[in-house]
Amino acid sequence: MTVLDRFLLLLTGLLAAWQIVVGVDNLSALPTIAYTIAFGVLLVAGLLLIILGFEVLDAPAVVIVSTIIPLSLSLGLVWEHSASWRTLYLIFAIVGFLAVTMTRSIPTPGRIPTLVLAFVHGVAGMTIFLLPIVAAAQGAGKPAFALVGLGGALIGLGGLLLSFLKAGKPILPRETILKVLPGLLLLMTACFVAGFRWG
Amino acid sequence: MTALVRKIRLYWPLIKPLQTGLLLATGLAGYMSARCPIFNLGTVAAVAGSLSLAIAGSTVLNMWRDRDIDAKMERTQKRPTSCGQVADREALRLGLLLSVLGVGWAAAIDALYGLIVFAGLFFDVVVYTLWLKRRTCWSIVWGGISGAMPILAGRALGTGRIDLIGILLALSVLFWIPTHILTFSIKHREDYARAGIPTFPSTYGEAFTRAVIVFSSVLAALTIGGATLLIGIGAGYLRLFAVLSAGLLLLAFAAFRAQSERINFGLFKYASLYMLSAMLILATSAF
Repeated sequence: MTVLDRFLLLLTGLLAAWQIVVGVDNLSALPTIAYTIAFGVLLVAGLLLIILGFEVLDAPAVVIVSTIIPLSLSLGLVWEHSASWRTLYLIFAIVGFLAVTMTRSIPTPGRIPTLVLAFVHGVAGMTIFLLPIVAAAQGAGKPAFALVGLGGALIGLGGLLLSFLKAGKPILPRETILKVLPGLLLLMTACFVAGFRWG
Repeated sequence: MTALVRKIRLYWPLIKPLQTGLLLATGLAGYMSARCPIFNLGTVAAVAGSLSLAIAGSTVLNMWRDRDIDAKMERTQKRPTSCGQVADREALRLGLLLSVLGVGWAAAIDALYGLIVFAGLFFDVVVYTLWLKRRTCWSIVWGGISGAMPILAGRALGTGRIDLIGILLALSVLFWIPTHILTFSIKHREDYARAGIPTFPSTYGEAFTRAVIVFSSVLAALTIGGATLLIGIGAGYLRLFAVLSAGLLLLAFAAFRAQSERINFGLFKYASLYMLSAMLILATSAF
């Protein structure tokens, strides 16, 4: 890991820490907790990447932990902007997380673990991508709120690159993925923070 | 001028800048947690100066005393005191000079503050280094008490007394130190064995040591959490503190479960970052 990688990851961690401290205005308890968990995982993951290097990505728990970020972010967004879906999405988030955890912890036949992971990430990723853009377009938030959607697209891209890499079918060479990962994480976090700040 | 620069370069590793810096950060955070006029730069500078000198002094004295065992350990054999670059008497004189200046300056600022700074130096040099370090692995408790003194001293200077928050802050450092030291002693267990220093891993085994690390991490997070609640820091800082504490606890449990060198090293590094971050939270939340 280069000095630049460490610097970018440190900036990512600092941005996430800042977002946790300032929070999002006028939120109830659940979205506040959901956003804190999402940015908290980003912060701790950034610190661990700096300390342990990219090898930490080889740990089996990474798949489970990395599911927490899109699930909790999307839960916060749904709770905030789509009141009628709150309960259903909360159930999906809990069941989805448990399903990913179980299929990654207990030996599961065939392609079930991959399908579960793809479904949970897909729904959460599309929610983070589309909901802020739709909310901004409908005037429920300022145009800058669409930046959260852009962050969602970037998290989806990062998740895809890492998932296929871990599945042994990398879209890009491992070196290339690791080269762009710190910058991608920083850009994604910056989009989220800017979207929540000015959106 | 060149000779002076050469001397400073030689003395610099003797004060263990990172460790001294971390302990100094705890002292400043303890002071700022009292919400006293923190913009009084004169007092802040005096706290920083006196603590730096006292901590650096005790570290140099520790290194002077341990030069024989440092020479046996791969990790420390290149220290200026163990490889003879700094003469024994020179190191002793430097350690004593820094210690006297630090404690003297602290006492001149405030009697109670000076007393606590002196207690920290006494526990570190006399009780930990001279008396117990080569006898029992439990010496780290006294090293921990010594490490807890800067934050207590800073708090006591800010409030004018030793209060519950100050004791909780001191306990948090005391409980954090086993996490820091024991992960380190697992990583360098062969070095310590070569020097004949009793450590928890060599006395009680690694599994017990890792259990102690988890226990002390939980206690550290609880005590510093209690202190931050009593201080009344904002909800945002509390959230950040909770996140960082969760990271520490998860890593401690992972190190206990996986028995992995890599996670153990990660915990060692993370614990240092955790303490520094907690101190920054305490200090910045005062603004």
